[in-house]
Amino acid sequence: MTGDQITQPYAVEGRGLVKTFGDFRAVDGIDIAVPAGSIFGVLGPNGAGKTTLLRMLLGIIDPDGGDRTLLGEAEPLKMARQVGYLPEERGLYPSMKAAEAIAFMGALRGLPLRDGRARARELLAGHGLEASADKPIRSLSKGMAQTVQLLGTIVHKPRLIVLDEPFSGLDAINQGKLEALIRREAASGVTVLFSTHVIAHAERLCERIAIVAGGRIRFEGSVSTARDRLRPQVRLETRASDGPWRSALPPDARVDGNIWQFALPDGGIEPLLKALVDGEAGIESLSIERPGLHDAFVAIAGESAAREMGRADPEDAES
Amino acid sequence: MNETLRAALVIARRDFSAVILSKTFILFLLGPLFPLIIAVFAGSMGQQIDNAASRPAVGVAMTAGDIDRLNAARARLAKQIGEQALPDLRPYPANSDPEAALAGKDGKAVAMLSGTLAAPRLTGKAADVQQFQGDLSLMISMARAGTALPDTRIETRIVAASSGSEQQSRLLTGRSAQVLLFLLTMLLAGMVLSNMVEEKTNKIIEILAAAVPVDAIFLGKLIAMLGMSFVGIAVWGLTALTGYAFFMGTSFPMPTPAIGWPMFVLLFFLYFATAYTLLGSLFIGIGAQASTVREVQTLSMPITMCQVVIFFFASYAVNRMGEAPEVAAAIFPFSSPFAMIARAAQSDAIWPHLLAIVWQLLWVALIIRIGVRLFRRNVLKSGGGGRKRLFGRKAGPAA
Repeated sequence: MTGDQITQPYAVEGRGLVKTFGDFRAVDGIDIAVPAGSIFGVLGPNGAGKTTLLRMLLGIIDPDGGDRTLLGEAEPLKMARQVGYLPEERGLYPSMKAAEAIAFMGALRGLPLRDGRARARELLAGHGLEASADKPIRSLSKGMAQTVQLLGTIVHKPRLIVLDEPFSGLDAINQGKLEALIRREAASGVTVLFSTHVIAHAERLCERIAIVAGGRIRFEGSVSTARDRLRPQVRLETRASDGPWRSALPPDARVDGNIWQFALPDGGIEPLLKALVDGEAGIESLSIERPGLHDAFVAIAGESAAREMGRADPEDAES
Repeated sequence: MNETLRAALVIARRDFSAVILSKTFILFLLGPLFPLIIAVFAGSMGQQIDNAASRPAVGVAMTAGDIDRLNAARARLAKQIGEQALPDLRPYPANSDPEAALAGKDGKAVAMLSGTLAAPRLTGKAADVQQFQGDLSLMISMARAGTALPDTRIETRIVAASSGSEQQSRLLTGRSAQVLLFLLTMLLAGMVLSNMVEEKTNKIIEILAAAVPVDAIFLGKLIAMLGMSFVGIAVWGLTALTGYAFFMGTSFPMPTPAIGWPMFVLLFFLYFATAYTLLGSLFIGIGAQASTVREVQTLSMPITMCQVVIFFFASYAVNRMGEAPEVAAAIFPFSSPFAMIARAAQSDAIWPHLLAIVWQLLWVALIIRIGVRLFRRNVLKSGGGGRKRLFGRKAGPAA
């Protein structure tokens, strides 16, 4: 399901991707296209197939069916030097020093070690971790180690950054820092593709999203398009609780005391306002709200998937 | 530079530094010294025990005259064939009962010679009788002949070389090199088994697999461990040579191999490298399937036994140059380095070694490829549904 059309070249493309583990079809014919230079979020509850999709796109695993291109290359590992990847399961060598670990991750992707070491110190200093540059990873806090790994993901200045659940396990301050880093990278022309089960992050960061549930893409397009799939919501508070004006409200309007909530009628707000005034409803307040991405997600992926998203990581969901 | 090799060297460098700079590496280097110290002590104690226990003694219950003649004959014989080759003679009273003497608690004689020189009688257990009968017959004959038996003088002519002797000597060199190669491979290659566990335990494997081909991970780890092994061998070798030079002087007792020492040493290192990488590539492939150290430990025993069997096979073939078992041992990849180093001691032809090294390296590549494929399928859970060639990217539309 595609929300809208774009004209930029794609940094990542997948067509008809299928991956089965035993009897379980983790990815079931996914089409995805990530425009170059965009921040693209893959949303879905745990077990939706997000990680499997990213791993296939990166070439860590091969799909059972379908095609993929990464920065225009059908064999993703050939573009590894231009890609940065932060896996969901974070991992570093515990005895390695922080700067050395970042330089090593850069070296894996073709950055000479000397350059990597110098850049590692710059990046650590830029994130307030210069004092930790020569400390072994095992002596760092979890948050610091995660930052080190993130810096190792960008040390070689990739054209594409892929982050699998990057906010998972970070406190609110570090989540904010990560959001800023993603925005900075995107502003410099880097494509950022990340998966998350926290809708708020995607809503704040992404230009485009793909909603994944049950191994399939339920929606792909801009956040705005996703939200536009739902009609704006009207919130009305009246002094009167009954009267002829009530026939102007949609039959599925929800009521809580004298507060009414319903989708904006097809005819717009003016006929409704007229009916309320003529019917002496006594308008206390009236607001029209554009639906959030969460509402769009519920409408697209279903209530159960939305509940899964909330349940997956309550701390993240709250942030 | 080829991308796989470049990436392999990055991983090798990391692994090599991590091992060499760790405190446990000191223990690793000291490890072989422990058995050496034990061997020195055991050897010294053994020698003392040997001296104290002396050789087996045969009790002689004869007249004093006969015993003197027998001792004189023994002394003459010992000059010719060596003291160690003859049993000691222990005098007993002439009227001693041989069976009672053997049954007695003193237990100094293992057999009893009684009667006279003209009619001697040997009493003892069957095995002891069989062992001493020949020597005692010789002594008694000489004692009876006395000075009437002349010494035979053999004129000697010394030649520089004897092909039969050289073959035997080179066989010894070949066998020794084979044993050393096996010991080093067995000691060092087993460590590769657990090499992927760290990456899997610390979740680093995902980062590596996303950045470089899995082949490069395997190859890098092999290069690192091979490098570490060479450091160990260099340290142990230099220590051994220094120790030898200090205690024994500069002459080297091993017979010169047919191919010459410099080439033989070079081939030894090359065959160690191939034997190590052959086993290592197999081990790393098997070890990569294991998810815990316990699984690795369980795997190590059957693998060690397989190594021993392969060594026995190569060892059996060593003195059958050119025969079917030796050719088979040279062709079978896992025994090939052992068979070929023994061949280098016995034959000066170079080309079979070039051929063998290329052959062994081909097998290393093949085993790594199989290991990588299994790793991708079983550990990374990739490629389960697609048909893929062993070499190259894909054969079917699915992959």
